[in-house]
Amino acid sequence: MSPFLDLSRLHKTFPTPKGPLTVVKDFNLPVRKGEFIALIGHSGCGKSTVLSMIAGLSDVTEGGIILAGKEVVAAGPDRGVVFQAPCLLPWLTAFENVMLGVDRVYYTATRLERRQIAEYYLSVVGLAEAMHKRPAELSQGMRQRCGIARAFALSPKMLLLDEPFGMLDNLTKMELQDVLLDLWQRDQKTALIVTHDVDEAIYLADRVVMMTDGPEATVGDILEVKFPRPRNRRQLLEDPAYYEAREYLIHFLNERSHHRPAPVVHATPPPAAKPPGGGLKRFMHAFAAL
Amino acid sequence: MHATARTFLVNTACLLAGLLLCLGFWILLSATVAKELPTPAATWEVAKPYVLEPLAKRGEQDQGILRLVGYSLALVAKGYALALLVGTPIGFLLGLSKGFARVFDPIVQILRPVSPLAWLPLGMVLFLSTGSQALENGALFTIAICAMWPTVLNTAVGVRAIPQDYLNVGRVLKLSRTQTLLKIMVPATLPYMFTGFRLSLGIAWLVIVAAEMLTGRTGVGSFLWNEYNNANYGNIIFSILTIGLIGFVLDRLMSVVEGRFKTV
Repeated sequence: MSPFLDLSRLHKTFPTPKGPLTVVKDFNLPVRKGEFIALIGHSGCGKSTVLSMIAGLSDVTEGGIILAGKEVVAAGPDRGVVFQAPCLLPWLTAFENVMLGVDRVYYTATRLERRQIAEYYLSVVGLAEAMHKRPAELSQGMRQRCGIARAFALSPKMLLLDEPFGMLDNLTKMELQDVLLDLWQRDQKTALIVTHDVDEAIYLADRVVMMTDGPEATVGDILEVKFPRPRNRRQLLEDPAYYEAREYLIHFLNERSHHRPAPVVHATPPPAAKPPGGGLKRFMHAFAAL
Repeated sequence: MHATARTFLVNTACLLAGLLLCLGFWILLSATVAKELPTPAATWEVAKPYVLEPLAKRGEQDQGILRLVGYSLALVAKGYALALLVGTPIGFLLGLSKGFARVFDPIVQILRPVSPLAWLPLGMVLFLSTGSQALENGALFTIAICAMWPTVLNTAVGVRAIPQDYLNVGRVLKLSRTQTLLKIMVPATLPYMFTGFRLSLGIAWLVIVAAEMLTGRTGVGSFLWNEYNNANYGNIIFSILTIGLIGFVLDRLMSVVEGRFKTV
């Protein structure tokens, strides 16, 4: 059976003043229906570029994306996107922000039904009391809750989350991870989250896809996370397998992410030799180079 | 409470001190170099009938101050409305379309610094065919075209400053062009638009005085000019104070409205 989401030979090239820069090169990833994928890698490696290509917000330079048997060519409400900043429209209330999408997707439903859909998702994420407030009156965490409700309320084929909890404090982050898992389990959605938080990736995902450093970033390795669901954070922390997985991912980020996996097509030049010593010596070295 | 009461007292004292200084300078001027300049007391003497009976109508030019201000404000309202109706869409087009901006931005930049005094004759020529209405229409045209620019430019800046994030929300939801315009672009631009609207109103009020002086249409501006010709110099000062005060009130009103949209 063909995969639900298929990223094949994905390339992304940006024009720069110094000529074209290939940020993502030959990225291949088949995803099963209902699977939760975490994409990790260093900042700026191109994780978000991959996500925004799937979202249809960024053009694919080469290769293709097939979602549920159809090629992705533009953005659309069949993919719910949760951005890093919640991106709520500040002149609308939380409820109106969710309704904006619901009105688009459920245009055949009655006004009452659409209101109920928005209210349902807002209450599931814990905004039942605050749904008629404007984003400015909500805390950062509540805004992101609203962003999650908006994405789920569209009843999308899949969810795309771009470092959704990156700007939150740890407690709020854990709360929202649970909200997300809860909704994901209820709705049986395929999901892809971009993150650089190793613990988050293990807690949420079925598979953690590790990306090599850009430019020309690609899939470096994939780790299957086999903890049973629904997952319990405490049990997970007591499981030695959790630390093995964690160690594996951190090792990848620290050591292996700098190398493209074999076969190496274009060997990257070795990094320029750094002058030895501390600040003063480096300064003298730079001075001598003048 | 105590602190606020104190700042209020200090502010009032400062305001009074400023007023007294200006009055002193005025008295000094009329006593020394400018003997023709009426003193504050003399000014009040000539202005009295206009202030005490603000709605009186004794003749075509001889009317209470509120009536005169009313005539001016009515014309400003019309010209200002016209400026907003024309200026806002032009601003949107300038902000949205690079091509449109390339064609029309240089023209905007050239027309913008032209003085109202230069536009007025052209306005009257344009409306010569309307006969007795030519003066009024010419004045309207002048107000509209002079007051339009801040609205045009601020709207264009606002449209260009719409965060990409908001537009992405529109793309992800696949909103139609009209919906993106009405639900995302216009609300996102409103704060900038209102800054433009406020500046435009200030200019419209500046222009009305010049327009009335030149066309002789009844209002505060022509009152000022007539009283100069009648050698009632006190009323020149009285008119200036009135014009300033009305302009100040208009600006405060607009900034209250602007503030409401800023918080959104």
